[in-house]
Amino acid sequence: MSVLVVVECADGEVKKSSLEVATYGAKVAAMLGTTATAVAVGEANPENLAKLGEQGITKVLHDAEPRLKDFVNNAYTKLIATAAGQEGAKVIILANSNIGAAVGSRLSVRLKASLATNVVELPKIDGGAFTVKRGAFSGKAFADVSMSGDCKIIAVKKNSAEAQHEAGKTAEVLAFAAQLTDADFADAPQQVVMQDQAGGILLPEADRVVSGGRGMKGPENWGLIEDLANALHAATACSKPVSDVDWRPHHEHVGQTGITVSPNLYIACGISGAIQHLAGVNSSKVIVVINKDPEAPFFKAADYGIVGDVFDVLPKLTAAVKALG
Amino acid sequence: MKFLVCISNVPDTTTKISFTPDNKEFNKAGVQFVINPWDEYALTRAIELKEAAGAGTVTVLNVGQADTEPNIRKALAIGADDAIRVDAAPADAYFVAEQIAAVAKEGAYDVILMGKESIDYNGFQVHGMVGEMLGIPTIAPAQKLDMAGNTATLEREIEGGKEIVQVNTPFVASCQQPMCEPRIPNMRGIMTARTKPLKVVPAVGEPARTTVAEFALPPKKQGVKLIDAENAGELIQLLRSEAKVI
Repeated sequence: MSVLVVVECADGEVKKSSLEVATYGAKVAAMLGTTATAVAVGEANPENLAKLGEQGITKVLHDAEPRLKDFVNNAYTKLIATAAGQEGAKVIILANSNIGAAVGSRLSVRLKASLATNVVELPKIDGGAFTVKRGAFSGKAFADVSMSGDCKIIAVKKNSAEAQHEAGKTAEVLAFAAQLTDADFADAPQQVVMQDQAGGILLPEADRVVSGGRGMKGPENWGLIEDLANALHAATACSKPVSDVDWRPHHEHVGQTGITVSPNLYIACGISGAIQHLAGVNSSKVIVVINKDPEAPFFKAADYGIVGDVFDVLPKLTAAVKALG
Repeated sequence: MKFLVCISNVPDTTTKISFTPDNKEFNKAGVQFVINPWDEYALTRAIELKEAAGAGTVTVLNVGQADTEPNIRKALAIGADDAIRVDAAPADAYFVAEQIAAVAKEGAYDVILMGKESIDYNGFQVHGMVGEMLGIPTIAPAQKLDMAGNTATLEREIEGGKEIVQVNTPFVASCQQPMCEPRIPNMRGIMTARTKPLKVVPAVGEPARTTVAEFALPPKKQGVKLIDAENAGELIQLLRSEAKVI
């Protein structure tokens, strides 16, 4: 029996959220007195897979089938189920990403497993009892969930487990063939279109986020947000009213019905802080609010605040970051 | 084309969340329940596709007890043709998926739509489970859905981009913006909804695989530290030296 960790790769690199998942999986394996094996999906490079040893992974299964580059639900599900069978894995860990949650839900039926998504902490394992803490009510609460059954699947929320790096440790990368057939790729995408990301930083995975609301007054003023974001190596985001009027694209909308983020630093510029927006950001470690209205509800949820005009404050912040060197 | 649209009954997005004194259940007192906002995209898009084709039916499905019926009627008022309520509390994602799969199989639906996730449990699980139980493709989360005959073209959101996927019916898709502009009921819809069929069926299948042992609220913030706008640069120093996040 081992713990199986699903690592997502893109352009040969292991995604940041998967480094977190690998660390999480290695810790769960240690709790259970076993080792963690990873299985790679996406476009993987064996050299980078070997580096998963730094996160505590013992071996990595790599199926070199080129069609695994793009996400194909059936093929990924079969690949992971086959790996779980071979390894006798009773605990499977994935990222709570669009891929991880989509595959995890199919796997749970196929393997007769119990499934917990959006998990934010290591499990509590006490004899036969297995409990995980997960986010619920769109970031407004947490739920401790008991998982029954022999096999468990856990999808770990991004930025909730810190990736460890033990330099020099390597994992053994083993060729693996899940015997995938054309039928497994029947729902393969016709086309994959990637967005042009500011500075190449994806919002769901970002450590730092600079976000703008209606107080920015119009899309033509977003340069101020982007300047600070670039200086901080941050992703850009927005509130719902901003994406509703198409000042910014929908994939930047943070909140209850948009993306939930949990970066180390969230800077809100000209956002009043409606309860639906707070739900999307309140698991951020440090929240900074800049708003000219001292009564803006967001200040109650903030760690640092500046009462002032965003058009005056933002250039000062950008200059101060650049001055840090 | 037979559409099956699954809706959840969830607390309104402005709800302040609280729990019963033992922290085992959500405190429903004084809470307004609504159709899960993500599910509204599924419902409206199904109605639009039916109208565009000039034929077909849209059936709404909810797994819930009798107190969800006002929102089922609301979905009928928005434009669904009939409704099915599986008479059981939605114990967990697996249990709900079993009910949906059973109804979908019985009614031989072509397209099964639902929201990306519910805003209360945030599982993002049911669509994949239903697809697997029925042995049909799942596209989740879908931000665009078009149909031509039995072939659907969907845009699936992935981190940092999108996939364009073509599938034939039957399939499951979980929906999110900007798929459509969710409709609100008009007076005629509200009047006709009263007499549209709403069938109540018993639950089937195995019990839930997960149970909530306890709920908790996030820890409260210590209070905001204000920095003078004139010395805004000081914030950057504090973020480095005190908060240690840059």
